[in-house]
Amino acid sequence: MDQERLYELESMCIQECPPGCTAGCPVHVDVRGIVTAVRKGDYPAGFAILRKTVPFPGIISRICTEPCKNSCKRNELDESIEVRQLERSCSDKCGSAEQKILLPPLKSQKIAVIGAGLSGLTVAADMAGKGFPVAIFEAGNGIGGSILEFSEEILPRGLMESDFSIFDKLPVEIKLNAAAGKDELSLELISNEYDAVYIGTGYESRTAADSWFSGTPEKRLVIDSGTLLTNIPKVFAGGSLRTGESRTAVDSISDGKIAANSINRFLQNASLTASRGKEGSYNSILYTDISGVKTSPAVKAYETGRGYSEDEARREAERCILCQCLECVKKCEYLANYKAYPKKYVREVYNNLSIVMGIHHANRMINSCALCGLCKELCPNSLDMGEVCIDARRLMVDRGKMPPSTHDFPLRDMAFSNSESFLLSKHQPGMNSSSIVFFPGCQLGATYPSYVKKIYEFLCEKTEGGIGLMLGCCGAPAFWGGQQKLFEDTISGFSERLKSLGNPSVVTACPSCSYMLKLGIPDLKIESLWSYLDRTGLPEISRNGSGRKLAVHDSCVSRYDKDLHESVRSIIRKSGFEVEELPGNREKTTCCGYGGLMIYADREVARRVIGRRINESESDYISYCSMCRDNFASQGKRSYHILDLIFSETDDSSATMKMPGLSQRQESRARLKTSLLRELWGEEVKDELPEVKLTIPERVQSIMEDRMILASDISKVVAYAENTGNRFKNTLTGNYIAYFQPQRVTYWVEYSPDGDSFLIHNTYSHRLEITD
Amino acid sequence: MKDNTAQSDMNIICVKCNAVLTIGKVTLAYMGNSFPVDLYKCPQCGLVYIPEDLALGKMNMAEKALEDK
Repeated sequence: MDQERLYELESMCIQECPPGCTAGCPVHVDVRGIVTAVRKGDYPAGFAILRKTVPFPGIISRICTEPCKNSCKRNELDESIEVRQLERSCSDKCGSAEQKILLPPLKSQKIAVIGAGLSGLTVAADMAGKGFPVAIFEAGNGIGGSILEFSEEILPRGLMESDFSIFDKLPVEIKLNAAAGKDELSLELISNEYDAVYIGTGYESRTAADSWFSGTPEKRLVIDSGTLLTNIPKVFAGGSLRTGESRTAVDSISDGKIAANSINRFLQNASLTASRGKEGSYNSILYTDISGVKTSPAVKAYETGRGYSEDEARREAERCILCQCLECVKKCEYLANYKAYPKKYVREVYNNLSIVMGIHHANRMINSCALCGLCKELCPNSLDMGEVCIDARRLMVDRGKMPPSTHDFPLRDMAFSNSESFLLSKHQPGMNSSSIVFFPGCQLGATYPSYVKKIYEFLCEKTEGGIGLMLGCCGAPAFWGGQQKLFEDTISGFSERLKSLGNPSVVTACPSCSYMLKLGIPDLKIESLWSYLDRTGLPEISRNGSGRKLAVHDSCVSRYDKDLHESVRSIIRKSGFEVEELPGNREKTTCCGYGGLMIYADREVARRVIGRRINESESDYISYCSMCRDNFASQGKRSYHILDLIFSETDDSSATMKMPGLSQRQESRARLKTSLLRELWGEEVKDELPEVKLTIPERVQSIMEDRMILASDISKVVAYAENTGNRFKNTLTGNYIAYFQPQRVTYWVEYSPDGDSFLIHNTYSHRLEITD
Repeated sequence: MKDNTAQSDMNIICVKCNAVLTIGKVTLAYMGNSFPVDLYKCPQCGLVYIPEDLALGKMNMAEKALEDK
């Protein structure tokens, strides 16, 4: 990921975009902040937020025309939030509090402001606050400009005076009855004396102001709408002089702020245009889902013209949705786990990849993503954290920075499945060609070896032209682990074996296999077993669904496989069950906790992913991926595999069957191959006898599961210890303790002889190598 | 990786040498890093003993730290 790509990805996540109200406000008042403060009854905090953006909060809280309301999401439901009333609540309670101003050292450059309307006063307050002495030239005998036209009832004069008292504390000189434009107050003389000039004399003075510019090539005042610089150097102008009669108070304040920004840049010889950020009112691209938000009309103040009571203010603040996106985070335990959102995560991944020396804090985050694509599906801009994570994993592997322990077990398990212990490619018994080949996948063979045999026998009966059988692993662990080379090698191994069978089309029984094979061999002729069976007919046995509801879980790798979704549902119905749709399904389905090898990188997050999914319905679940089913069953959810329906084995034991242990899974695959060769092809196969015979109590078996230690690992340690004599003895228990390092992991076993076998008491492992 | 030897009475013996284990210098290595530690080993043949709590505790933490380096 280069920096350009980082920025591109970051910009796709809109969570940090302001809500519509803030973007619609010409000065971008943090409405969510004010609402949150009012909810807590923390009016000083609300007032501080308002004053941070608006120099005259009292005035604005009475006369703002609230352009924010146009972009309020609540408009789509009922009525927008009464923002000004909430601002007024804060201002009424806290506006009279003493304002502490910390002035920087006074600067030598001076600024002239012509016209004491809201835009000019904003320029004065802003620039004086930065330490620039300001002189205000006002033709009238008071400050405020056109807002003086408001009645006392709407805009109390005391409130204005309170807001304007800020000038007592700033280096601002207010010259009243000082009409600029002629004689000693000509624009030329003022601009000679001051380092920058702002003209904010109001729309009615436009003609007069134009005459000041008669010496310019345009012969009249021209204002750049982005910077508010006029056609005379160092002279800026804005307010209703620019916007015309349709002026509003908040627009004038906005112009004042834009002009102050420009004048500040001008005085520092900085670019007037470079990276100014958004100024003025605009439309936010923040997405907020409002489905499920209850309607409730805006709270009206008890007495017209009065502000809210505290209770009214709180109730109105409660109506605010506090707009934010988080579409992906709301639905993904993994994304929620890191307490932020993709924009932050993308940056963390980038930083993690850029570190040369130091700790790679985001390794676990990168490796825990299920790569399931749900975030992409939910994101208004289709940002895919899975893509970010898989790219990062590949880079980590390429650079030797992938923590070896993370994917070691699944990769070794894959190596087992692609070793002679399981690998098989054969034409149908008695045939020498195949029109189709059945590829059940390694996990189905591990959990349901008997179904693999049954379904293959059934397929043999009904398939014309012969149906071959291929056993092995599709390479999913390599793909998910970022081992791209290994994945490609695995795919080409598959292709070669397929070629040796005459390149028949492939029928798969595992959605991950389908996904990986399609990815690796784009022109492969491939169909899922479920659509094949739905199309060509199920085994003719009595169906026992009796209308019971089953909740379908679509596997995440088959997110966009509509045909598969339909076939599975059709099989469920044909089996006499009713289909229940979970809240997120089909293209919006969630991962079962196995995808992307997340379960190996962060077991706790995977546990929460499973927990969330299984609590979405009381009904029994049905899946067409054995890993999905096994994961749900691992937390006690009654779940079926679709093969349970196809063979009418929908009783309690198949719904509650626990996932076989890790050793058992490998053993089941090896036995499946042996029994198929013997029973279907009539081949003589020797049993591979373990090096030593072990007795493993259940307690130790569960330790082995937890620590991902296989019986074959233990067997190697005991055999090594017994052959070499390298072992310890615990003199208290009499047990032997020994270790052996077959590859990267060192295994320790505590055991004792038990007749012709060895009783295993404990086992553990580590990766640090004992070098002497 | 200090205090690896803080177990009380050593009741593990090397079967081959019939010797009670004593504390000695051992080098552990991982991902191109190696470091010396004090561990129990056979005073005669040098066979190193790593107890379960050490393997799953401090050694596991060291592995994770080195993997994230």
